[in-house]
Amino acid sequence: MDYSISKELELLRKTVREFCENEVVPVVEDMDREGKFPEENIKKMAKLGLMGLPISKEYGGAGAGMLGYCIAVEEIGKVCNSHGTILGAHTSLCCMPIEMFGTEEQKQKYLVPLARGEKLGAFALTEPNAGSDAAAIETTAVREGDYYILNGTKIWITNADRADVIIVLTVTDKALGARGGITTLIVEKGTPGLSVGTLEDKMGIRGSSTAELIFENCRVPKENVLGDVGAGFIVFMKGLDCGRLSLAAGCVGGAQACLDASIKFAMNRIQFGKPIWEKQAIQWMIADMATEVYAARNMVYHAIWLKETGKRFTKESAMCKLFASEILCKAIDTALQIHGGMGYMKKFPIERMYRDARITRIYEGTNEIQKLVIANMISREMRRA
Amino acid sequence: MRFIVCIKQVPDTTSVKIDKRTGRLIREGIPTIINPEDKNALEAALSLKEKYEGEIIVISMGPPQADEALREALAMGADRAILLTDRAFAGADTMATAYSLGSAVKKIGEYDLILCGRQAIDGDTAQVGPQLAEFLKVPQITYVSELNIEENKVVAIQELEDKRVRWEASLPALLTITSEANKPRYPSAYGIMDAYREKEVETWEKKHLDIDEERIGLEGSPTSVKRIFSPEPKGKGEIIKEEPKESAEILFNRLRAKNII
Ligand SMILES: Cc1cc2nc3c(=O)[nH]c(=O)nc-3n(C[C@H](O)[C@H](O)[C@@H](O)COP(=O)(O)OP(=O)(O)OC[C@H]3O[C@@H](n4cnc5c(N)ncnc54)[C@H](O)[C@@H]3O)c2cc1C
Ligand SMILES: Cc1cc2nc3c(=O)[nH]c(=O)nc-3n(C[C@H](O)[C@H](O)[C@H](O)COP(=O)(O)OP(=O)(O)OC[C@H]3O[C@@H](n4cnc5c(N)ncnc54)[C@H](O)[C@@H]3O)c2cc1C
Repeated sequence: MDYSISKELELLRKTVREFCENEVVPVVEDMDREGKFPEENIKKMAKLGLMGLPISKEYGGAGAGMLGYCIAVEEIGKVCNSHGTILGAHTSLCCMPIEMFGTEEQKQKYLVPLARGEKLGAFALTEPNAGSDAAAIETTAVREGDYYILNGTKIWITNADRADVIIVLTVTDKALGARGGITTLIVEKGTPGLSVGTLEDKMGIRGSSTAELIFENCRVPKENVLGDVGAGFIVFMKGLDCGRLSLAAGCVGGAQACLDASIKFAMNRIQFGKPIWEKQAIQWMIADMATEVYAARNMVYHAIWLKETGKRFTKESAMCKLFASEILCKAIDTALQIHGGMGYMKKFPIERMYRDARITRIYEGTNEIQKLVIANMISREMRRA
Repeated sequence: MRFIVCIKQVPDTTSVKIDKRTGRLIREGIPTIINPEDKNALEAALSLKEKYEGEIIVISMGPPQADEALREALAMGADRAILLTDRAFAGADTMATAYSLGSAVKKIGEYDLILCGRQAIDGDTAQVGPQLAEFLKVPQITYVSELNIEENKVVAIQELEDKRVRWEASLPALLTITSEANKPRYPSAYGIMDAYREKEVETWEKKHLDIDEERIGLEGSPTSVKRIFSPEPKGKGEIIKEEPKESAEILFNRLRAKNII
């Protein structure tokens, strides 16, 4: 067993950390208050090759693998979940499925500019009547000559209003449902019949935009089917396997930041004549937090190893997402408690991080759905055994 | 054009601690970094290369671990990296360092500009650049905050405490660059992967250089460190709060009493 991280990935980590400290930290307060998309930083990240980390060099990526990507997301997670969310939706849910399922033409046309960060990606599954129940989607795609005609509405789509390339889940055969009736299509911004609807005002991750996408007789060329017709569910499940892992890596970063801030604050805050660190009540909180961060990080790195060595990791990535988002929310709550009134003030990052953390238990499948996935995988293993 | 950039790997002094007993730096477990102003020197070379094209060669003398600093320089965009490493180079003072680096520069051959950092954050002498220029017998401009190439010369602004001086020098020349000169770029993820997976760091030992053994390493260093100690923290400052005129008088008398004026 070798737990060491290669020198290039250590340098990548250091670089992303410096980038976060120098470029992200100074803008987050404003970004959060105004609900402003961090456009400049996303451009800078593109220049640094951070928008295509796991994608192979051949297709415009950095070839840093899942581990390199997750290390970067972990560092970004320490300072800003808005940046992390924008990057995650783009990379895990748009670039990676195209790399896994795209044709050579699709890769050249879409993946290369996406991985270089010249274009931004999004992934559109959720609809008003289909949240956790993904198979209940109603957006239809009807074949007409060389085109598919899309009709329907997607909601709460990360990057929707900014994206140049959107992966859209549609129903091509209602009768077949999840088993052969759902098809994934690559839709370009500016396609006639595609428009952006309401932009949501949110509790947290206010720098990432979340919007509605409306398809009204939207004509998408048939070459844009991603994967096979009817195999849309597989595309989305495989995409989410990756998304959940990177999401979990971001949570590990966030929880680590809570731990670091709590230790520093506890050592410096004097009450009753001594640093509050000397109170066992505080030490226990920090000991628990440190243990959970350690556990979550090791889970994530192990699951990355499973993926990188070509093993199954669906169950493990769901476990990582579940556990890491839970411990992040616990860690930020504890960190806020340790910071007392200071933690509640908008002047300090804890307050924002508290609001930013909460979404991690909801998107890319709620944590209840992760348990469902884990249990399903266990049943499957039992059947196989 | 060909640019040579000298980089030194140094302990990140923001996290360095001193062993109270021996007075020495505790180097174990301290992260190492490229000397900050050497990154400014590299950035200066990178932006000149963007304008005039050419090749950037980074060299460092140090232990095998200095490979990391050179890889980072490659990741930022340097084309070629050379590590001077040999037990025989160890313990060098600034003169032996400059001599060894100079021998490597001679082996490289033709060049237009050598860029050094102004000063290393550990050794802190700011001597290596000027000594290297002397050794190679090329013009030098130190403490440079702005530079450009015009025709066949380099034009640079030297940042002194009380003034800025504009200098011109014929090429080849050596410049030492300050942190005011630019904001070093981040290495890109592409650059990082290439630096480790595609590019190479050449290792040059003593035997690869035409070098006088008596002038390198500890043996070749005329400086000997007599004692290392942490200076006592200075006493508390005093604030004189009288009316300006009286304050000035009190201050004047104190300074005179101490023979400062
Ligand atoms: C505690 C201590 C005390 C010392 N005292 C003395 C002393 O009194 N006198 C003395 O002569 N030496 C002394 N040295 C040694 C001296 O610091 C280093 O040996 C010398 O390699 C570099 O000098 P510097 O760090 O001051 O570099 P500087 O002269 O400050 O560096 C200027 C620039 O030169 C280039 N450069 C410097 N070193 C290298 C390198 N190894 N490879 C590539 N480029 C380089 C870089 O571009 C750097 O920015 C001491 C070292 C220590 C640790
Ligand atoms: C900020 C943000 C960004 C988003 N970005 C995207 C995006 O880029 N692309 C995209 O497609 N979607 C996106 N979503 C949608 C997100 O994935 C869904 O909100 C999520 O999947 C849950 O769906 P829902 O909100 O409809 O909740 P519902 O499915 O209505 O669930 C409500 C509650 O019931 C529970 N529940 C539901 N079914 C079960 C069950 N079978 N067993 C136990 N409990 C159950 C849930 O866990 C939850 O607690 C985003 C959402 C938000 C808030």
